[in-house]
Amino acid sequence: MWTLTQIELYKIFRRPRTYIAFIAIAALITIIQFGLKVDGKSYADFLMKDIGGTMEIDGNIINGYLICYIMLQLLLVHVPLLVALIAADMISGEANMGTLRLLISKPFSRTELLLAKFFASTVYTLLLLVWLAILALFLSMWIFGTGDMFLMKSSYVVLLSENDVFWRYAGAFVFAALAMVTVAALGFFLSIFAENSIGPIVATMSVIVFFTILSTLNIPIFNALKPYLFTTHMISWKEFFDIQVNDANEAIVGSIQNPQKIVNSALVLIVHIFGFVGGSIWIFNKKDVLS
Amino acid sequence: MRIFFFVVALMISYTSVQAQDMTALVTKVKAKLDQVNDYEADGNMKTDVSFIKAPIGKVKVYFKKPNKFRLKKEGGISLLPKGGVSVNMSTIITTSDFVALAAGEAMIDGFKTKIVKLLPTNEASEIVITTLYIDEPNLLVRKAITTTKENGTYEMQMSYGAYANYGLPQKVVFSFNTKDYKLPKGITLEFDDNEKPLSEAQKLKNKKGRVEITYSNYIVNKGIADSFFK
Repeated sequence: MWTLTQIELYKIFRRPRTYIAFIAIAALITIIQFGLKVDGKSYADFLMKDIGGTMEIDGNIINGYLICYIMLQLLLVHVPLLVALIAADMISGEANMGTLRLLISKPFSRTELLLAKFFASTVYTLLLLVWLAILALFLSMWIFGTGDMFLMKSSYVVLLSENDVFWRYAGAFVFAALAMVTVAALGFFLSIFAENSIGPIVATMSVIVFFTILSTLNIPIFNALKPYLFTTHMISWKEFFDIQVNDANEAIVGSIQNPQKIVNSALVLIVHIFGFVGGSIWIFNKKDVLS
Repeated sequence: MRIFFFVVALMISYTSVQAQDMTALVTKVKAKLDQVNDYEADGNMKTDVSFIKAPIGKVKVYFKKPNKFRLKKEGGISLLPKGGVSVNMSTIITTSDFVALAAGEAMIDGFKTKIVKLLPTNEASEIVITTLYIDEPNLLVRKAITTTKENGTYEMQMSYGAYANYGLPQKVVFSFNTKDYKLPKGITLEFDDNEKPLSEAQKLKNKKGRVEITYSNYIVNKGIADSFFK
């Protein structure tokens, strides 16, 4: 199984297209970092416009921690598209090249083959997130420094102490990994049905875009649907950055406002992963492979 | 008729004497505060504003005469009420251009205080009126309510400890009115709609904010460079 996974990983990383995602992420992050380094004060003033009427904020708001949060907010909506490029190609790519039939004639089961391919696409997804963490978090910490983290929510602001931030990022990245593996599982599932890569890649992107729009719209008729859309749960990483307060309105260092929401969302995503991968195995085992 | 004029003249002179008395009292308090040329203090700051979730933070406070003030928080970010309010008595009684009027007496934290209305004579002054609750025997301001032109009304309540002889408080509770805070969910990317509407009582409570600073380790008159406040 491990040998199969290694082979699949080799196939993934010898294709130039694999590196498009890494280059795209690096380009986006460095451009945002450059913009904020040059004109971060204007951005901070824009952010503070609403709270500035009541409070004066003193200190370095645009630090590495806030910049990483801003980038995760922007990028974690788009990274699924980069994940789909590889995951949705795992089976359909073989079918397209005419090697799928040959592959399943080898002395291992279809389930083993599918699991190896899924693990390989999971490794790719995790490496993409590690790359994102290195650039968005560690590079930003190095360029902009660290400090307290000041976050603007829609109806309140959160001030996290410097020593209370890093573990939240660790949690957020683990959660983001779960979300991205869900996307990989969806792309993987859709790739079972096609004989070329374009179809499942576009289909995966369309599902993500469609569900994300439904999750974003604040129209009552769609609100009932939102808990059932996995895209709604994919953004629960942000819950790591909300803090509980006691009766005296003092924030409790080391706490999370709604840990149950994180657990629930993680469970929803895990169910989706098992559903998509299990569905892929079930369908593929019954499928008459002709290409 | 003569008696009437006599009574009116007596009343005018009496009121004038009262106002003079209060000016003298404020001047004495100011003289006590003027002993401090500069100070540096450690403190714990607690912010209680309905739309802010902030932990208690360690702060360092610096002051230099006449009105230079700086508050630095460990880790970097501090939130203070708008208006350059320096959480400091010396900066409120920084000017000598005022009229001090007596407005009765009141008990603050178990101390009998004289209520003094401080009206700035300079029309360009940002402060419209300040009400001081002065503990006359100790020459300490126990409470101050200041109304400003731009930033509304704020209230400071002070309790004193080891540095009372310098007029430096051990604890300052700063109360002020807050404005509404709301950002569109499209900007913050919050998709869920779990917010419950607030009751009228909650809305009223939410309009009030408090910042509490408990001081310790004052270092008085050791000299602080001007450049530090830039």
